[in-house]
Amino acid sequence: MPQNETVTGLGLEEYKYGFVTEDKPVFKATKGLSEEIVRQISAHKAEPEWMLEFRLKALEIYRSKPMPAWGGDLAQLDAVLDEIYYYIKPQERMERSWDDVPQEIKDTFEKLGIPEAERKVLAGVGAQYESEMVYHSLKKEWTDKGIIFESIEDGLRLYPDLFREHFSTVIPPADNKFAALNSAVWSGGSFVYIPKGVHVDIPLQAYFRVNAERMGQFERTLIIVEEGANAQYIEGCTAPVYSTESFHSGVIEIIIKPNARFRYVTIQNWSHNMYNLVTQRAMVHEGGHMEWLDGNLGSKLTMKYPSCYLVGPGAHGEILSIAYAGPGQHQDTGGKVIHAAPNTTSQIISKSISRGSGRATYRGLCKIYEGSDHAKSKVECDALLLDEKARTDTFPYIEIEEQSASVGHEATVSKIGTEQLFYLMSRGLSEEEASAMIVRGFIEPIAKKLPLEYAVELNRLVELEMEGSVG
Amino acid sequence: MGEKLLVIENLHAVVAEDGTEILRGVDLEMGVGEIHAVMGPNGSGKSTLAKVLCGHPAYEVTDGQVMYSGKNLLELEVDERAREGVFLAFQYPVDIPGVSIANFLRAAVQAKNPGTELDIFDFQEMLLERMRLLDMEPSFAERSVNDGFSGGEKKRNEILQLAMLEPRLALMDETDSGLDIDALKVVAAGVNKLHAERPKMSVLLITHYQRMLNHVEPDHVHVMVNGRIVRSGGPELAQELEARGYELYKDAAVPVS
Repeated sequence: MPQNETVTGLGLEEYKYGFVTEDKPVFKATKGLSEEIVRQISAHKAEPEWMLEFRLKALEIYRSKPMPAWGGDLAQLDAVLDEIYYYIKPQERMERSWDDVPQEIKDTFEKLGIPEAERKVLAGVGAQYESEMVYHSLKKEWTDKGIIFESIEDGLRLYPDLFREHFSTVIPPADNKFAALNSAVWSGGSFVYIPKGVHVDIPLQAYFRVNAERMGQFERTLIIVEEGANAQYIEGCTAPVYSTESFHSGVIEIIIKPNARFRYVTIQNWSHNMYNLVTQRAMVHEGGHMEWLDGNLGSKLTMKYPSCYLVGPGAHGEILSIAYAGPGQHQDTGGKVIHAAPNTTSQIISKSISRGSGRATYRGLCKIYEGSDHAKSKVECDALLLDEKARTDTFPYIEIEEQSASVGHEATVSKIGTEQLFYLMSRGLSEEEASAMIVRGFIEPIAKKLPLEYAVELNRLVELEMEGSVG
Repeated sequence: MGEKLLVIENLHAVVAEDGTEILRGVDLEMGVGEIHAVMGPNGSGKSTLAKVLCGHPAYEVTDGQVMYSGKNLLELEVDERAREGVFLAFQYPVDIPGVSIANFLRAAVQAKNPGTELDIFDFQEMLLERMRLLDMEPSFAERSVNDGFSGGEKKRNEILQLAMLEPRLALMDETDSGLDIDALKVVAAGVNKLHAERPKMSVLLITHYQRMLNHVEPDHVHVMVNGRIVRSGGPELAQELEARGYELYKDAAVPVS
């Protein structure tokens, strides 16, 4: 197995996955955004007319909306957006068999450990390389159960009615500026459909990866979980290091039908120059159960607030998130729960770690509409500061219109203490090992909900980020 | 006295933050395999002595020296001292939420053996065997380190660490405090078993009361008052202190400046 080559000379050597494979895109749009580009993307994908219309309308909305004036610092972003490629298609066709995947792309996956993951009976892998799915496999038993796990493009092509019925119903383009941008230029992502009553034990997994300089990645995922179904979806990604700013803006829409259960797991480890602005939202119907599990590492700025709209009686939403902000990074993350039906319940647990000039912000909304009788929500955010310079802020917005609702909010800020370090070091652990152990313990309540290999990966990523944090 | 393990000479230490002197010239020698007790009233500096020996950053050594097994102990970092076999059973063990005792101990045992990869199965076996020796339930190792533990559980966890790390010098800082008599017996029995098993382990018991010494018999007893050892003797000294208290030594101390 090849060793990871690190891009040197950029001052970013710490970023372990900063290797680059030579890319040979089949098609690369020109830099910057225009109506022409949007038309090209749509034509390239041979999309139906309604999708082109949708994209063009979204482009208009995108242009009409101002940059958000809240959250992280977006002052440099306009310049970045002019410089990126909005579409790259690395290959003409979808690959079904591993043998057909070009060596170069395989090398990239190998560096990310995908083949091992595959060997370990990962049930289905949809890996996104640049803007398109290039490798996609799905266990036969799933297909037999009627489960659909396709690239978003194939979802549109193969299941046009199902797709159109649900697409953009959870996050319309006008929702926010970046949702509009994604709606205009989306490319890549997954389309998942779990039929009524079907239970999937092994998580559906999609790795994806951005690998072209100045390339924006606008992945779009649509997941439909039918009545009484139960499944889990896992997405993990890393991005290589480049000296110019990079941009990622995904949209993830999930529809949880009555009494269905779904868990969406993301671990994102972007390179440290990435703007990561993602909109992800689940619409949860009666008795449904949605869980977001969100790990944010890396990036220059992440703004991401997974949401649950609890629209049916008894619906439940959970958002568990971990953010790690190292020097020069800002993680502006949290969650939103909207209670719009009686007896809905929700929980947000957010844990952040900041170090050096890193800044972790918790930004959350808990809204309970009138008539959501006996709705209950619990918000807990814990921040861990690794040194004196690190910073954390908490913005918990709570809006309650319903008298019978109950909402709890707890926030803690802690610093790795001298006594904790001394205790561990007095057992022979180095200061670095001791700090890493304390951090691992801090994120454990969330890490333990991950499948084992992801928990291991999360811990490893955190340790990589912490290297050099001592002394 | 046979082979020396620890030689403390004229040790002075201050609180790093404000310069308050706590240790004012401690002299103490311990032989390999010996059990010593340092007794003294509250505020005499006996817990500080234990912390300084381990390199706690809150204290600064201003004078004197500490030779441990022929090495200048004060030159070593906290973790280096631990890897050299110095162990402190804490008076107030610290919580490490989310880290199981098993994982913690595995990291600590691994740290003691750099260069060799600790086999997880060997470790598990060792851990279970040690827990059996100390009459502990295996499930105990799954709990987060000291998180929500009772006083007795915390102290037992310290003894388990002592058992796993096999130090050459065990500093027991008020291990008896906050324990009821049953818990005290369990903890003392643990220390005795470990010492019987590894008779070369030296033990320094730091205690205010004599009751721990009813269960773990020291070879030597030292009285510490106002930052100095003011008297040393055999086990009978502990009995005397129990009967007469520290009143006698009030004036033996160096005056507070």
